[in-house]
Amino acid sequence: MINFIGVHKWFKKLHVLNDINLHVTQGEVLVVCGPSGSGKSTLIRTINQLEPIDDGRLVVDGMDLSDKKTDINKLRAEVGFVFQQFNLYPHLSVLKNITLAPIKIRRTSKKEAEEQAMTLLERVGLTDKRDAFPSQLSGGQQQRVAIARALAMNPRIMLFDEPTSALDPEMIGEVLSVMQDLAKSGMTMVVVTHEMGFAREVAHRVVFMDAGTVLEEAAPEVFFKNPQHDRARQFLKQLLSPMH
Amino acid sequence: MSILSNFQVIADNFTYFMIGRYPHGPLGGVGLTIYLAVTSCILSFFGGLLLGLLSVSRHRWISLPSMAFINIIRGMPLLMVIFWMYFLLPAIFGTFPEVRTVIMALTFFTSAYMSQIVRAGIEGIPKGQMEAAISTGLKRWQAMLYIILPQGLRNMIPSFVNQFVSLIKDTSLAFIVGVSELTHVGTQINNRTMAYPTEIFIFIAVVYFILCFAFTSLSRWLEGRLAWRKAI
Repeated sequence: MINFIGVHKWFKKLHVLNDINLHVTQGEVLVVCGPSGSGKSTLIRTINQLEPIDDGRLVVDGMDLSDKKTDINKLRAEVGFVFQQFNLYPHLSVLKNITLAPIKIRRTSKKEAEEQAMTLLERVGLTDKRDAFPSQLSGGQQQRVAIARALAMNPRIMLFDEPTSALDPEMIGEVLSVMQDLAKSGMTMVVVTHEMGFAREVAHRVVFMDAGTVLEEAAPEVFFKNPQHDRARQFLKQLLSPMH
Repeated sequence: MSILSNFQVIADNFTYFMIGRYPHGPLGGVGLTIYLAVTSCILSFFGGLLLGLLSVSRHRWISLPSMAFINIIRGMPLLMVIFWMYFLLPAIFGTFPEVRTVIMALTFFTSAYMSQIVRAGIEGIPKGQMEAAISTGLKRWQAMLYIILPQGLRNMIPSFVNQFVSLIKDTSLAFIVGVSELTHVGTQINNRTMAYPTEIFIFIAVVYFILCFAFTSLSRWLEGRLAWRKAI
C-alpha cells in the first residue's frame, strides 16, 4: 500500500530522511515514534507529498510519487491527513468543512454529501455540532471533525501527524478512541504519536526513528519489552517515566 | 455675517459643483469625482486581486514579471502615471477620452498597491489551511478560492478601505489633464469669480471629507456583516 525504497530528503544541508525503507500493507496500522527532530513528521508528510522527496522511490496505493506524471491531487484525494493543529476552516461550519471536498472533487450532490457527513459525525459522536463553527468547539471536538473531514473522501489510507499533541489531556481519549474504531474497521493507517498506550493496543507495527533514519521496526509487544537500541531504550524510559 | 454671505458663491454655483454641465454637457463636479472613484475602485479591486494572485504564484515566470510591473508602478508618482497614460494611450489607440485615460491611470496605480495588500492577506493565512485543503484533494486554485481568499479578503478589508479613501482623493489629480471633476470645477469657478478662493476651497475640502467619511462608514458596516463567529 505504501512503499518507501531508499528515500532521502534534505532541508538545505540537513539530512532529514536518510535511506528510508518501509513497507505498509493494506489494513495495517503503523505507529511511528521517535524524539522531536527525528524526521517522523517529515516522513508522514512525504506520503501525500506535502513534502516532496529528493531521492529514492515512494509508491503509494499504486501511484509512484517519484514520477512527475503522477496526478498528485488524485493521490491526495485517496489519502486522508489529520494534522496536529486540526486546521479546520474557521470560516465554514462543521458540515461545510466536511462536505467541501466531496462536493468539489467527487462531484457528489450537496444532499448526498450532507447525508454522508452526518453519518461520519455520528461515527465521531458530534451530530449535534453540524452547524457549529470550529472556534465554538473544544480541541478534541475539532480534531474529531478533522478526522470526519478526511474520511469524507473515502480515503484508502489515513495519516495522522501527532493528532493528540495539541490537546488537553482529558480530550486525548476521545480522539484516540475514534482512531481505534477506525483501525478496527480495517483502515490502513500511519500514525505519528507519543501515545504509547495507543501504539501498544492498536498498532500492528511500531517504527522508531532517530536522526532521519529508521532505527527499529518491530511488533509493539517486542518493541516495548525489548528495544534493540540504546537510543530507543532511552526514549521509552523518558516517555514512560518523564520524572527520572 | 459678511463671511457667511461670501458662501453665496457656493450656492450660486451649486449645480455646477455637483454635476458640471450635465445634462446639457458631460457629467462633471462631484458626480464625475464619484464616477471616477467608483469605476477605478471596482476595476482596481479585480486588478489588485489578479496581480496579487500572480505575485504569489509558485511559478517564477509568473511571479517575477508581476512583481516587476508592481514595483515599476509603485516607484512612480501618480501624476507621472497619468501623464504617461495621457500621451501613451492616444499614441496606441488613436483618440482616447481623457476620463478613460484617468480611470486607466488610477486603476493601474491603485491595483499595484492593492496587489500587495492581497499578497499580505494571502500570506497571513496559516500555512496549515492550504495544506489541509490540498490534503483533501483540492487543487491549489480551488483551495485559494474556497479556503484562503474568503479568510484573507476579510482581513484585507481595512487596508482596502485605506487604499480606496486615497483613491477618492487621488481623483483630484485628474484636473491636470482637463477632466472636469470637483477640483477642476472648483478652480474654474475660482478663476471666474476671483474673489472667494477661501470659501471655494473650504467647500471642496468638506465635500472630499464627506465622500471619504461616507465610504469609511459604509465599509465599517459591511465589515460587521461579513464577520464570522470568532473565538470568544
